[in-house]
Amino acid sequence: MITESDIEHIAELADIGISKDEVPEFTTQFNAILDYFEVLDTVEGESAPDAGIVNVFRDDEPRPGLSQEEALANAGSTENGFIKAPRVM
Amino acid sequence: MKTIVGLEIHVQLSTATKLFCGCSTDYRDDEPNTHCCPVCLGLPGALPRINRKAVDYGLKVAKALDMKVPEESEFARKNYFYPDLPKAYQITQYDKPLAVEGTVEIEDDEGHEKIVRITRVHLEEDPGRLVHVAGGSKYSLVDYNRSGIPLLEIVTEPDMRSPQEARRFLNKLRTILEYLGVFDGDREGGLRVDANISLEGSERVEVKNISSYKGVEKALTFEVTRQKNLLRRGQKVTRETRHFMEGRGITTSARSKEEEHDYRYFPEPDLRPLRVADRVAAIDLPELPVARKNRFMAQYGISLNHARTLTGDPKLADFYERVASVDPVLAATWVADTLLGELNYRDMNIAAVPAERIVELLALLKSKTITDTAGVQVLREMLDACAAGKPCEPPAVIVEREGLARATGDEFTQVVQKVVAANPQAVEDYRAGKKGALNFLVGQVMKETRGRADPRELGRIVSEYIDTGGV
Repeated sequence: MITESDIEHIAELADIGISKDEVPEFTTQFNAILDYFEVLDTVEGESAPDAGIVNVFRDDEPRPGLSQEEALANAGSTENGFIKAPRVM
Repeated sequence: MKTIVGLEIHVQLSTATKLFCGCSTDYRDDEPNTHCCPVCLGLPGALPRINRKAVDYGLKVAKALDMKVPEESEFARKNYFYPDLPKAYQITQYDKPLAVEGTVEIEDDEGHEKIVRITRVHLEEDPGRLVHVAGGSKYSLVDYNRSGIPLLEIVTEPDMRSPQEARRFLNKLRTILEYLGVFDGDREGGLRVDANISLEGSERVEVKNISSYKGVEKALTFEVTRQKNLLRRGQKVTRETRHFMEGRGITTSARSKEEEHDYRYFPEPDLRPLRVADRVAAIDLPELPVARKNRFMAQYGISLNHARTLTGDPKLADFYERVASVDPVLAATWVADTLLGELNYRDMNIAAVPAERIVELLALLKSKTITDTAGVQVLREMLDACAAGKPCEPPAVIVEREGLARATGDEFTQVVQKVVAANPQAVEDYRAGKKGALNFLVGQVMKETRGRADPRELGRIVSEYIDTGGV
């Protein structure tokens, strides 16, 4: 059971600003989602279609990635090929 | 007051590609953000895929450290916000690590063998690299070339009892990793350490940000002193995280906000679990440091100290085995004592030294064609040439050109005469039975002849000359 204070805590951890008015609405929604998962939990484990699929690997072979221009395309701000981010520490 | 130390070591595994994507890990000296793809940039919709080699390297380490590999292990998401983490979570392992319960044997402060227990090893992705702009700037610069490099985190039990023991443990671990070929020791930041340290009965302090294994002893020594001083003044050690400032050799308290973590770990939904316990049996381990050290002593008849030094680095041990044929004991002395010192002095790597030239040098020494003093001179000429990128001449050529061949007694008669004549007081002292006087006279002759004679032989010549009434 998720409480309103859980919602405020999670919002802070997720760095999402929500207003006081929105808290009850999210609390209801979170609990609805968790109820749904409780239903899913009643399904027998082995019947999940991907059960038993393990060790999905790829070989250690380099593949071309993005150009620097492409890699930076979605960055808000850049400098000399770096992405600029708010200073930490 | 007992000091208690436990370590967490992050090792970059030397795979060709990143842990969850095919981006090349060979980004040294490359432009920032040029070894990236949607996976390691955390772009929406990208799916990670596990690098088989990284798992096998992890298992290799697990086997070498005599660990248990559980039936199933699993990746997990560790959620937190930091600009070096593009997805806002790190894919790591949490409650189902790759392997658990291992051991590493080290020497304690009294030189006795002791066991450091390994709690667990797990795989995780390296975050990106943050460059802090100097001068109170409001932003940091981020390079994601490092983002997704496979790390093996190795966690020990709190089994070390001094900063020196911690350093010895790290040296040992590093050597094992190099022998296994899963780690590139020359790579900067390839091995990073967090250390937990407490004085018995006091709170524990975590020191982060130790980026060189040499820094570990320094950081811990600082902490022991700091914590002891606090207790001496009647204060308490606060349980906290501290940062090591490499340049100043001190630790400083991290702001408490950074410790208020709530990582909300959960199983990584984009990756299937690992069931790899049955792969361990098929892994071939190379000869590890302890076994090689013992073999060196048995096979080559060299001392424990030489064997330990020579096997401390697999490249050095390989080199020794290439040059040992002439005379294993002579070779051990020259490689472990002389060559290593000369390499350190020049900041050179053993890989830059042509083994066949050292074999030739050892042959000249063994046949007494040159003296030890001349041998050092020849070695220095060869290394200087290597360091300057010039061709390394055969020792015989250098000996010939520089006139370094060992001289026989006759050639020195004149020099001996001159030295004896010039130092009547020393001759008096020698006759009066002062041993040092003969050494002084021999030293003078050595100086005049640039070390081309064996000092012991010279001692005989000089004393005979004086005793037989040369003066």
